[in-house]
Amino acid sequence: MATYSTNEFKSGLKIMLDGDPYAIVENEFVKPGKGQAFNRVKVRNLKTGRTIERTFKSGDTAEGADVVDVELQYLYNDGEYWHFMDQQSYEQLTADAAAVGDAAKWLKEEAICQVTLWNGVPLSVAAPNFVIMTIVETDPGVRGDTSGGGGKPATLETGAVVRVPLFVQNGEVIKVDTRTGEYVSRVKE
Amino acid sequence: MAHPAWRPSADLATLRLRAELLARIRTFFAARGVLEVETPALSAAAITEPNLASFSTVYSGPGARYGQRLYLHTSPEFPMKRLLAAGSGCIYQIARVFRDGEAGRRHNPEFTLLEWYRVGFDHHRLMDEVAELATELLAGRLALAEPERLSYRELFQRHLDLNPHQAGVAELAACAGARGVPIPPGMPADDADPWLDLLLTHGIEPRLGAGRLTFVYDYPASQAALARLRPDDPLVGERFEVYLNGVELANGFHELGDAGEQRRRFEAENAARRSLGLPVMPVDENLLAALEAGLPDCAGVALGFDRLAMLAAGKTALAEVLAFPVERA
Repeated sequence: MATYSTNEFKSGLKIMLDGDPYAIVENEFVKPGKGQAFNRVKVRNLKTGRTIERTFKSGDTAEGADVVDVELQYLYNDGEYWHFMDQQSYEQLTADAAAVGDAAKWLKEEAICQVTLWNGVPLSVAAPNFVIMTIVETDPGVRGDTSGGGGKPATLETGAVVRVPLFVQNGEVIKVDTRTGEYVSRVKE
Repeated sequence: MAHPAWRPSADLATLRLRAELLARIRTFFAARGVLEVETPALSAAAITEPNLASFSTVYSGPGARYGQRLYLHTSPEFPMKRLLAAGSGCIYQIARVFRDGEAGRRHNPEFTLLEWYRVGFDHHRLMDEVAELATELLAGRLALAEPERLSYRELFQRHLDLNPHQAGVAELAACAGARGVPIPPGMPADDADPWLDLLLTHGIEPRLGAGRLTFVYDYPASQAALARLRPDDPLVGERFEVYLNGVELANGFHELGDAGEQRRRFEAENAARRSLGLPVMPVDENLLAALEAGLPDCAGVALGFDRLAMLAAGKTALAEVLAFPVERA
């Protein structure tokens, strides 16, 4: 992997620190008029999501991190691992629970997900922004209520629970925004 | 800054403010009988300080058949001192200067320095004049409390509870660790100055000069640069820095006039450059000859005009007060 000089630092650049891959969030050049120049950076750990501060002497280098984002199709979960497939090469990749994280509850077979790979291994998985899912369990609503005010919990086919308007019924198909976990609309089959 | 790159990054009101500030600076010095001068931006010699990088270029033409290496000045200090030694009396210059390797929110590789020298002043009297000028230029734009003045030692004692003239690398590193200052890889084990710079830039500077001019004076002798050492305390050099709202605005000296001492510092800096793998710079023999001939007792200061304009305009980035910063140059 390439090494990067502090002169190449900019937000989004992926570098290795203490054996973990990080993305630069902010980069600031600081230098006393007559003194040592530094690059003060905020970096996000791509494994944990935690943001920390680091400082480099200007002109020093950091090792690049082999981190890429790819679109993979979700295949199935075997109870321990989530299996994905590259639709071009048909190569299959497995992601563990740490990589899948909260995306797990939104993963429906055949969904296309953005997967971040580090050295070719899934590091994190982002569910599609919107998913279409069937409601498997919700209390019967009040007939005639179309206001959507209030709402009630509904369990989806993946086990995720979202609040839906009272008029939405068991067995209906809905669209959900996975970034907020909010109901968007009903979907006609 | 969603503007296309051909457009200026500073707005017109700010460019007008720059012009107004420049006019007021000239009025300020005219009223005090300080002479405006101009000296060359290109020089056969260059600054030797390891932390300053000079741009270089080649002159080819009459007198230089095979080309002559010339350096763009990082400040007009050396030729201005030659004028002082030649009997110019008090002088000032508004100069565009050039520093390689420096670009960021508060840095641009070329910028405007206001540099002036006062014959018969020491650094404390010059600090008074810096305060007068800055207060006058910022009047009506920035409400300023009375300036404060503290030594480098007091500064570190107040903010970090350590004595910067005595603390070794281990103590400075422990202080950085305890204050949550991230320690860069590759910090030297035998040189305290980069550690002091780390603590200053990360632990102190952001809080310096909040709503008032803060003068820091009597720097460690190892950071004295072109300042004379204090006769009663050779641990410190008679150098000062000015901060306002966390921004380093100016650097001044009670000027070193001893040619032998100046030559030793140049040589020590070039030796440091060699050990850091940096190019060795040609020493300014004309400056040394001028010091030999006799520099009048004087103090001088260089003030970052763009940073002053930035504070006056209520901006937070140099790009907002430069017509075209380096990314658009």
